[in-house]
Amino acid sequence: MNRLGVIAVAAGAAFALSVPLFLKPYGIYLSSTWAVLTIAAIGLNLTLGYAGQVSLAQGAFVGIGAYTTALLMHAGVPYPIAFIAAGLVCFAIGWLLGYPALRVQHHYLAFVTLAFTTLVFLVLRNEEWLTGGTYGLSSIPRPVLLGWSTNGSVRFYYFSLGVLTVLAAGTWWMLRSPWGRAFVALRENPIRALSLGLDTRRYTLMAFAIGSSIGGLSGAVFAPLVQYIEPLSFALNLSLNLLLMVIVGGSGYFFGPFIGALVAVLLPEWLRFIQGYYLVLYAVMVMVMMAVCPTGILGLMERIVKALSTKRSPTQPALQPEGTSP
Amino acid sequence: MASFIQLLVSGLATGAIYALIAVGFTLLWQTSQTINFAQGEFVMLPAFFILEAMYLGAPFWLAILIGIALSVLLIGLAFKLIIVDPMLKHGVLPLVISTIALSLFMKEMVKNLYSSNAQPFPALAPPIDLHFFGAVISTQSLVVLAVAISAVVALHLLLHKTRLGRSMQATAQNPTLARILGIPVRRMVLYTFLINAVLCAIASILISPIYLAKFINGETLGVAAFLAAIIGGFNQVRGAIFGGFILGILDNLSAAYLSSTYRGAFPLLILIAVIMWRPQGLLGRVEERTV
Repeated sequence: MNRLGVIAVAAGAAFALSVPLFLKPYGIYLSSTWAVLTIAAIGLNLTLGYAGQVSLAQGAFVGIGAYTTALLMHAGVPYPIAFIAAGLVCFAIGWLLGYPALRVQHHYLAFVTLAFTTLVFLVLRNEEWLTGGTYGLSSIPRPVLLGWSTNGSVRFYYFSLGVLTVLAAGTWWMLRSPWGRAFVALRENPIRALSLGLDTRRYTLMAFAIGSSIGGLSGAVFAPLVQYIEPLSFALNLSLNLLLMVIVGGSGYFFGPFIGALVAVLLPEWLRFIQGYYLVLYAVMVMVMMAVCPTGILGLMERIVKALSTKRSPTQPALQPEGTSP
Repeated sequence: MASFIQLLVSGLATGAIYALIAVGFTLLWQTSQTINFAQGEFVMLPAFFILEAMYLGAPFWLAILIGIALSVLLIGLAFKLIIVDPMLKHGVLPLVISTIALSLFMKEMVKNLYSSNAQPFPALAPPIDLHFFGAVISTQSLVVLAVAISAVVALHLLLHKTRLGRSMQATAQNPTLARILGIPVRRMVLYTFLINAVLCAIASILISPIYLAKFINGETLGVAAFLAAIIGGFNQVRGAIFGGFILGILDNLSAAYLSSTYRGAFPLLILIAVIMWRPQGLLGRVEERTV
């Protein structure tokens, strides 16, 4: 990262930390939602943006994570264990979902994952003995960590921000490791990666499993945030929205999900004056953006900065396609 | 047995509608690599054109013609020119995202401009129950079957028996070669979009009396079209037809004999099975992978 990037990230972090100072509880609640969605989108960005595997299942993993957490907490399991369990369950299921990805690509994969999302929704809705069916699960407690209660909107906001920071740092580290390079190789040219001796099979499964487990962890934060979960929250719409967030922010850019989730959370609020039409406007914006700049907001900014300066591009994407050649 | 026949006929009727939608879907994929996530909404919308035309005083038959014409104009021509053309150079994924956004756009527009309530839609035939060997079959199902099958047969004749159709097939199979042979490739691609619009409009007219006209209809129909196309074979028109019928019959039979709450799950399980063991679809050709 260069100087401009560091300044932007520092300013963003300072802003995120100071949010509770000038927002009403509803605004703080929205900020927590932003943090949760960002975590889920980071996971999807790993699967889609870096490893190039199209997934319409991220919303389902958020759901699996949220239900796992809620059920375990209702059973009296302490939150940290429930949190880790949510991640592990989604890791295992994500690994299994990766198997179709070994056989098919692109649109086929999109449909397999779409089918998976719908199946998860049906199970959540129909298995009433476990998930409460359409009534969902209510009164999910806010966790108490090391004697520090996260009850109250400000406290919970800092908690979700903390989880986001830890997971983002972990992802950042992983993308800089040989694994991250391998994921990009998978995206850019899987057959070439294979012929260079990369175990593409293992890395494809890993890309799915890790991306999904991050989705599950975001669900583990989502459950105590809203304190009431029901199957409809995790239907196909959430997966599609997460996909839009990653693309709008800039797929394959590390900070893309942060921006995409911000747009997705703020837009409905800002556009409240046009009421029901805000989704119409959002849809139009996405279509225009796809036509003008399919690399998303960060891709657009990169182009602008590049055009302004003759120097090397300042907002460098986390990994350039050159990363393919080891 | 009687109930089995009843289920089979209604399954064939829904299957025929799915087939129409899926055929349009595969046509777009073959000629322009467009995976249209708004296909379901393309079926939802024409019903509202027709309702609006009738509201303005047009008789039903005229409203149908107006609806089809508007569909060709908007979800055929305008879709191709405004959404697909500027996106083609960016590849498959941005266009997928764009059509997802388009489906959201269409749903929300109908919800806001029209109503979020289901609207009754006139049927092509009066609902009379016919009795065959103890099975009760509605004339509606038979009309749906007849119209859908004629549409598919007409499309088949167009594609296989006319010069235009053969040019379109050539375009789908090898655009470069087709261009060298003097086929106006761009125009052929445009024609497939117009045909898709007509198929969607016909499907809309057939399904809306059953499901009622509702902004949300497209979601299930779109997924049904994907499933039919993939189960049958993405790169074959007859694959899509086959897939549509399988899906329709399966949907009806599994809801009756297996589990109605998991009704939606069986087609998905078949989809996953097909993709795992025969990703090109039951009738599809294998697509080569390029390095």
